[in-house]
Amino acid sequence: MTQTIAHAQDSHGHGHGHDGHGHGHDPHLAHHFDSMAQQFDSAKLGIWLFLATEVLFFGGLFAAYAILRMRNPEVFSYASHYLDTIMGGINTCVLIASSLTMALAVRCAQTNNRKGLILGLVLTFLGAVGFLVIKYFEYSHKIHDHLVWGSTFYVPPEGKEGDAEREALKTAPTVSTTLVVQDPAPFVVPDLAKKPAVDASAVKQASRGPTGIARASGEPAPAPAAEPAPGKVEEAHPALHLEDPAMPPNTHLFFAIYYAMTGLHGIHVVAGMGILAWLTWRAVRGDFSSRNFTAVDTGGLYWHIVDLIWIFLFPLFYLIH
Amino acid sequence: MAHHADHAHGDEAHPEVGHVVPVRYLYAAGLALLVLTVVTVAVRYLDLGEANMPVALGIALVKATIVALVFMHLRWDRPFNLLVLVGSIVFVLLLIAFTSMDVHQYEPSIFGGNAPEAQATLDANAPGAPVAQMKSPDM
Repeated sequence: MTQTIAHAQDSHGHGHGHDGHGHGHDPHLAHHFDSMAQQFDSAKLGIWLFLATEVLFFGGLFAAYAILRMRNPEVFSYASHYLDTIMGGINTCVLIASSLTMALAVRCAQTNNRKGLILGLVLTFLGAVGFLVIKYFEYSHKIHDHLVWGSTFYVPPEGKEGDAEREALKTAPTVSTTLVVQDPAPFVVPDLAKKPAVDASAVKQASRGPTGIARASGEPAPAPAAEPAPGKVEEAHPALHLEDPAMPPNTHLFFAIYYAMTGLHGIHVVAGMGILAWLTWRAVRGDFSSRNFTAVDTGGLYWHIVDLIWIFLFPLFYLIH
Repeated sequence: MAHHADHAHGDEAHPEVGHVVPVRYLYAAGLALLVLTVVTVAVRYLDLGEANMPVALGIALVKATIVALVFMHLRWDRPFNLLVLVGSIVFVLLLIAFTSMDVHQYEPSIFGGNAPEAQATLDANAPGAPVAQMKSPDM
């Protein structure tokens, strides 16, 4: 027993001796660390603790998602059909591919392959750009259709029947806000009640208010949205959500949590692009080698967690039936 | 220690710290992730009804495990780093579990409208209510 321990310590000591203890002034070893191994492990533990806070950061939103979905299952199964599953799926593949190129870049840094490292980092950066471009098209399409959070969700979007309403608003007499100094009359507070009447009937009203209130008052729970024709899910999109009688109350809640979670994720992608650009610059400068690749490794870990979070966001928003 | 386990990757320079993941592991992981993405999208169109959600999340969990173990090196890393990640996920699950318990527990009183006392005050102070009936809950 004692012999085994002594032997283990011996080989341990040998390993360290030949691993770089004798080098004394390794330029990549900070003075407050004993060894490269200790320095590396500290950096890894640090980035993992940071990633844990990221998981908790998103965790709050995942909890909000869980509560909203538990309380409004019909809203989620209905509103999910407004998301483009193909675009979301392509974005998932883009992120996975960029994760792969990042992992390859880390490997190239470890093996002194500078060209491979730069190529991997640039490809990963392009993956981030591609992801954001696709996300931009998704967002702008939804915002154009007023598929947004909050009360704008219930305002008819432009280009549809909202146009007539907008025209009516333009031609209707409006309250003058011009100040004419010679005439003291404009200083009177404008009568807001004179605003042109908006046709409120064009706006679909929530039939019962918050569903909980309806249930508390003894009314039955709202009927779930009508099932779209099987196999024709995408085609079953109504042209305008406000025209759809099957739209359940509080559908805007889905889009609120959708934008909150994908938006926070998008901010992380932008931050990741900054890190990738910095790493690329340093790689071009020739900073990284098998003796100094920790920055690439930890930056890569951050990029992978961005991918990992999207892996959960994708089914939670795009794949609801 | 673990980074000495796999020396299958040729004669390239070896860092003294960390673990070099063999290229074939990385490509296999990437391919598996892409295939699973196609599968999870296909499952959505297959329409498994109630099973849709658990299947989609199960596939996501498998994908996340592949990313964490291979791309993020946790398969070869110090186990404590894995503990940090799993620990954070466990606490998120605790947050979700306790929040949903709380919501279910208080659902009748929270979402049914105002608390009875608050509603009585609102009614009493509503426009048109006799001034003599003005009151607040602490009176």
